[in-house]
Amino acid sequence: MADIQKPGADNQQPGGEKRGLTRRDLIKGVIAAGAVSSAGYMFRGSAVRAQQVSAPGSVERLITLNVNGQQRRVDVMKQETLATTLRYKLGLTGTKLGCDRSECGACTVLIDDVPHYSCSMLTHTARGKQIVTIEGLASADGTLHPVQQGVVEEQGFQCAFCMSGFVMATVGFLKVNPNPTRAELAHGISGNLCRCQDYEKILTSFMRGAEIARGGQHA
Amino acid sequence: MPSSTIGPNSNPPIAKKPVVTAKTPPVKNKLVGQNYTTPDMIAKVTGKAKYAEDFRAEGMLFTKLLLSPYPHAKITHIDASEALAMPGVKGYITMNDLPAPADSITDLGVVIKADLRGERGLAMEPVYQGEPILALAAVDEVTAADAIERIKITYEPLPFVVDPFVTLRPGSPNARVEGNTWMRPPAPEAKPGAAPVPPPPFDMGEIKWTEEEFQDYAAGKMPMGKPADQWTYGDVDAGFKNAALVLDETFVTPNTSHQCLEPRTAMAYWQGGKLFMHVGTQSTAQTIPAIARWMNMKAEDVVLITEYTGGGFGSRITATVQLIIPAVLSKKLNAPVMMRISREEEHYIGRGRPSLTGRMKVGFAKDGRITAVDMFVVCDNGPYNQAGDTAASGRIVSMLYQPPAMRWRGISVLTNTVPRSAQSSPGGMQGITLMEPLLAKASRQLKVDQVEMRKINAPEGKALFGPPVRGKRPYGTSCFIKEAFDRGAEMFRWDERKVATGKRSGTKIRGIGTSSSMFNAGSKGFDGLFVIKPDGKMYIQSGIGNLGTENFSDVHRVAAEMVGMPWEKVELTWGNTSKNLPWSCASGGSQTTHAMTRAAHATAMDATRKLQEIAAKDLGGRPEDYELSGERVHRKGGGAGMTLAKAAQRAIDLGGEYDGHELPKDINKMTVASAKELAGQGLMGVARDNYPGDGALFSFVASFAEVEIDVETGNYKILDFLAVADVGTVIHPRALGGQILGRSMLGIGHALGQKWVYDQHLGTALAKRFYNNKPPTILDAPVNFQWAALDIPDPETPVGARGIGEPPVGGGCCAVLNAISDALGDEIFRRAPVSVDMILTSIEAGKPVTEPLTAHV
Repeated sequence: MADIQKPGADNQQPGGEKRGLTRRDLIKGVIAAGAVSSAGYMFRGSAVRAQQVSAPGSVERLITLNVNGQQRRVDVMKQETLATTLRYKLGLTGTKLGCDRSECGACTVLIDDVPHYSCSMLTHTARGKQIVTIEGLASADGTLHPVQQGVVEEQGFQCAFCMSGFVMATVGFLKVNPNPTRAELAHGISGNLCRCQDYEKILTSFMRGAEIARGGQHA
Repeated sequence: MPSSTIGPNSNPPIAKKPVVTAKTPPVKNKLVGQNYTTPDMIAKVTGKAKYAEDFRAEGMLFTKLLLSPYPHAKITHIDASEALAMPGVKGYITMNDLPAPADSITDLGVVIKADLRGERGLAMEPVYQGEPILALAAVDEVTAADAIERIKITYEPLPFVVDPFVTLRPGSPNARVEGNTWMRPPAPEAKPGAAPVPPPPFDMGEIKWTEEEFQDYAAGKMPMGKPADQWTYGDVDAGFKNAALVLDETFVTPNTSHQCLEPRTAMAYWQGGKLFMHVGTQSTAQTIPAIARWMNMKAEDVVLITEYTGGGFGSRITATVQLIIPAVLSKKLNAPVMMRISREEEHYIGRGRPSLTGRMKVGFAKDGRITAVDMFVVCDNGPYNQAGDTAASGRIVSMLYQPPAMRWRGISVLTNTVPRSAQSSPGGMQGITLMEPLLAKASRQLKVDQVEMRKINAPEGKALFGPPVRGKRPYGTSCFIKEAFDRGAEMFRWDERKVATGKRSGTKIRGIGTSSSMFNAGSKGFDGLFVIKPDGKMYIQSGIGNLGTENFSDVHRVAAEMVGMPWEKVELTWGNTSKNLPWSCASGGSQTTHAMTRAAHATAMDATRKLQEIAAKDLGGRPEDYELSGERVHRKGGGAGMTLAKAAQRAIDLGGEYDGHELPKDINKMTVASAKELAGQGLMGVARDNYPGDGALFSFVASFAEVEIDVETGNYKILDFLAVADVGTVIHPRALGGQILGRSMLGIGHALGQKWVYDQHLGTALAKRFYNNKPPTILDAPVNFQWAALDIPDPETPVGARGIGEPPVGGGCCAVLNAISDALGDEIFRRAPVSVDMILTSIEAGKPVTEPLTAHV
């Protein structure tokens, strides 16, 4: 089998992007590493209110989060959810919002190795904890996490909007049960929805991922 | 293993009737029929793939929608003064700010008349609860949401209806001011001596049935009054007269939301007079004219960025009209605008499959052969355009069960419920679900094996379907569903299982069920475009949407295979119409695999001819003396030749058609514009699919299920499910398997529990989020879930491949329904889904007790 891996996301082509905003224009202001735009795209936190003076007794706004092994300074409203902070303040858009109400699991991230719905967790409660998102799974050299590798080898998922949440839920589950049966794994990730209903291939992918994680050979 | 040959210099097998059987020896292709890693995979699995909501632009505003609280009302006054005075609020739009519906002209010069009844995106007379009325933009979403709360709207509530059988009664309210149904206005009388006037197109109008016609309703049988449309073929009366068994059954299929995991979020900005649109859509190329039509602007001025789309299932074949909201706001406010859609908003604007209620009278001979079908369907159409489901249901039933005589009647009834659109197997799924439980019952009464029952009524070869068109009944290209049943029965061990089925063990009973299934599976006439450059690589342009089917990439492996290019040297560009994409089919109706493998084949043939000519020019001999292999064009059987990289350079030197400076006359103008941009970079393959093809395209599936039901709790579990597909040549096995099982599961959802619930008195939706209208989860999936494909090439298309997205859906639902009735008998359900309470109460009462015909319960 000739498996090829191509950087589909960037998909840079000669002659492309010459009309309209450049990719850099599109993302600048958000993905700036370290420094974070304080007023531009706050979502749950109103830019209008952000200009107001903090009331006495209010929660500290500028906090540090540990995301994917990096300390990130970020300006956070007290009612802001972690999904919003990740997506709109830290530029980590791999975490998806499918329902924003703990129904679908597309926003699942790991907090101290435990899968959480980031849409339903206040960012302030994640202070001092290790947050891992889909962007933090692969090594710096691009080597995929075994669970990701399993998905690639088995062509798991279809539209993949649910994929990051499912992958994070599986990575978390395998930390507790590294050698699950198919039924145990299904149960362990049943808090995630796939509307393409590709469950059979998803399970096959993750069982393969678990096998790779246990030292099985890459195909 | 594929049993078709796709290779360099193979004559395209487009002969009328090649001899292809299931026993044709397999030929090993390098790419076609092989698994591979799709070019979007790494981006998806690392979170780098960007969907519409993942883009940001400098100065981007957010918009929030104000939704109608009423199912039907007229807006008499809007006071937004308080909202507009808030800091950070930039402005708002209503329907009055949207481009007016205008006539548009297709590339073929056909005028599409302005849609005056259709959905505009925002409404001043909302026709369903949740319809967007106004969109307000602010510097951030919270400010926008706060501002929306301060807008005061004065409504004049209007009569409404959420149940099609309510509005068909005399004296009942209508969903629209224009009427309660889609119907043909009376045809004008032909002038004496002149040809008869063709019937006018469907429009909204009013049909009411009489109290007498409603008499059957109380008995749970669907009443049958005046239909809006009908057809007949064969002698239906004689068919019933000669039948050994006649069943007359009423069945209700559910309304179901598409519930794409990615909501209909969209972001727009304008630059240099062009509209840049980030939105999820099933189709890339075909969404451009849709946006141009909705915006009443030129297609050339629309740029669409849609590399990734979070599911479609028919709900966004060319995206959804509400995408014009950020586009119009952005133009008005001169800033990029992001419209993030919540899950609840997605319920309202995210589309749904219309329920069909059907009354089916079917006659059977003693051996199970159908003698006649009399079918009447009432479609819960929603408030806008006529659902195609109503008409499709009859054609599919006619094809799949081959009744020698059939009458079909239908009516698409307007209701003040969420707008409908095609959902995987639109009308097919419902038609099959109206038929299959009845077929299962007939099998039991006639003591004919369930599999035999479906085989004896199965289409075969160029099977006829539907009523005559211009005096002749249409037919399909090929059908091997009998072979699929044979293969499936063997894999499923049907005969072995049927002995053990229906026996109670403790509180549990097992049942097995099978179902026929099919849907449309192809179209033709689209373009392909690629360039082989002097770097030796093949740059393929894909205008196909990336909605998860992997077709945007899979079909192009046909072209790479034919040119002899290793896939590692193929660079695929997709999902951004500023990157020179060709005109491609819409990815709906399972047409892409068929349509775009043909286009890929035609394009590869074009490139092959050019390469042969270049070789002959440089190396002597005739073009036909040369063939392609090993990234070279060389003399047949070896000898003189040149690399494709060299040939690409020679194409640039020669110019003309070789490097794309001269283009075929028959390609679409979008392809022309893209090819012109790419001209001069290498050897260009560019062509329109002009291959013939005799017959309508359908794919078929034979489905099998075993369920275990706990008769004390009413819970049931699907232990086994198998779907065997007749889809022609297999292009990408893993993607195919994903479609077969994924869409089977989508169908299974209709059996297990998906439906809408409306408050009948207020006309408001009650089940509008995942938790109360949940698609099947990973725990609902069958324990043992398998697929197979016959891999018999379709004889009417050069690659032999047809589509698969929709054909499995009806079989998914019905194999499970039939397994339930196999275990518990025929007196459990008269509608789908079959819920736990339905099973328990029906077992206790000894008959189906669910309110038979009420919608949305």
